Amino acid sequence: MGGRNPLLDVFAKIGRVALFLGRLLGQCVPSIAHPRLLIAQIYNTGARSLIIIMLCGLFVGMVLGLQGYDLLQRFGSESALGVAAALGLVKELGPVITALLFAGRAGTSLTSEIGLMRATDQLTAMEMMAVDPVRRVVAPRFLGGVIVMPMLTAIFDAVGIFGAQLIGVGLLGVESGSFWSQMQSAVGMRDVNEGLAKSLVFGVACSLMAVYEGYHAEPTAEGVGLATTRTVVSSAVLTLVFDYVLTAAFMNS
Amino acid sequence: MGSATPEESVVEVRELRYTISGRAIFDGLNLTVRRGEITAVMGPSGTGKTTLLRLLMGAVRPDSGEISVFGQQPARLGRTNLFALRQRVGMLFQNGALMSDLDVFENVAFPLRAHTRLPEPLLRRLVLMKLQAVGLRGAAELSTDALSGGMARRVALARAIVMDPELLIYDEPFVGLDPISLGVILRLIQTLNSTLGITSIVVTHDVEEISRIAHRSYLLANGRAAAAGSPAELRATAAPVVRQFMSGLPDGPMPFHVPAPDYREQLLGDF
Repeated sequence: MGGRNPLLDVFAKIGRVALFLGRLLGQCVPSIAHPRLLIAQIYNTGARSLIIIMLCGLFVGMVLGLQGYDLLQRFGSESALGVAAALGLVKELGPVITALLFAGRAGTSLTSEIGLMRATDQLTAMEMMAVDPVRRVVAPRFLGGVIVMPMLTAIFDAVGIFGAQLIGVGLLGVESGSFWSQMQSAVGMRDVNEGLAKSLVFGVACSLMAVYEGYHAEPTAEGVGLATTRTVVSSAVLTLVFDYVLTAAFMNS
Repeated sequence: MGSATPEESVVEVRELRYTISGRAIFDGLNLTVRRGEITAVMGPSGTGKTTLLRLLMGAVRPDSGEISVFGQQPARLGRTNLFALRQRVGMLFQNGALMSDLDVFENVAFPLRAHTRLPEPLLRRLVLMKLQAVGLRGAAELSTDALSGGMARRVALARAIVMDPELLIYDEPFVGLDPISLGVILRLIQTLNSTLGITSIVVTHDVEEISRIAHRSYLLANGRAAAAGSPAELRATAAPVVRQFMSGLPDGPMPFHVPAPDYREQLLGDF
């Protein structure tokens, strides 16, 4: 692992993450049997990310309102603003930006929390008490993240559409009726499902990287800091790569 | 368990060899822990005392030699059997290793919740009894960051005995404690050993303290047991390594200087 061949290191890491995912999935079912831990994590990663998700959603929606109006009025079709904003948010911006915010807000705290547990011997202590830390600590946090991501995305989408409406209808004078009715007729379940599928995949990727980096952090202050950085970087890269792959796949099908 | 004789051994280590990246931590270590006794494992920092505990608990495997705990070999057990073995052993970590997201009560209740399905009132009584034993029943509702170092270690001790283990392992229980807390921990180790009959292994380098309560002590040096016996026997040993450690001499067989190039070359040579 001395970094002789960077490409080899990348593949080795993918392998280690995959093995960890396998071990993690095996512990997810028993973890569901203890819903109290899972609910606590859903609260931690979900409810506590709500404010930032809603705030960002609002501003992204407002920017979409401005930019969309500027673009569409050149073709005299500003009444399609509702469709443009809704499709952009539901299929693309909602899942991606939510995932990036999740990595920065929830992912980093997952990594540093688990990393500190490692550094203070809490994980070793569990092992010695015959409790599997992957089941007790890692699995509920991972599952919580996977469950929360689509919910956060849906909230981001809704607030974003509201923001676009605020600017488009309220400020720029797009007619309210056509804003909503065109959106209703043009956006189908297929678009919503695409966004949902993306957010699920991003949820798995971001949560997995966060718990993996935390669990394997060097048990020092510096190590935990480095692990947190790696979480943000790898989550962002994975999100954007998977976004392209999924978009292409949905276009084909 | 009922027919335990004083001579029966709980832990047996035979010709243990263990290396970390080429460096031999243990090389021919022999060690016996008898049932019902307090066995001290002493040695200077870096002699692998904590590593020995990890080996006993099956967290790492020896290169060669044999370790048996309750007649089973932790290195050869599968995960299920290893976890079953660990449930019979309590371990006190150097820094307590309390769960930071749980309060004092839930920390002590942790092993019970993980391994038993006791009704809540019974579980509550058990936990409070163990907290009473370490004098912290009144601290049950505190969060762990409100505890002093000595209190945290006592909570960890309550957690270590909550499953009524047959063997208790203490990793450096005296480090960083004020004299009062140290006295408290020392008395607790002795009380738990004499009243509950728990076999105890205490890993430490505090010669004075442990000599007051240990039945039998091992001094580790150079990967093996340099000396073994009662504290008095150890004190009477003439071997230079033992004399240096027991009287805390700065230089001796364990050198004061870390190996370095010749000082005339490094300090008096050309600049």
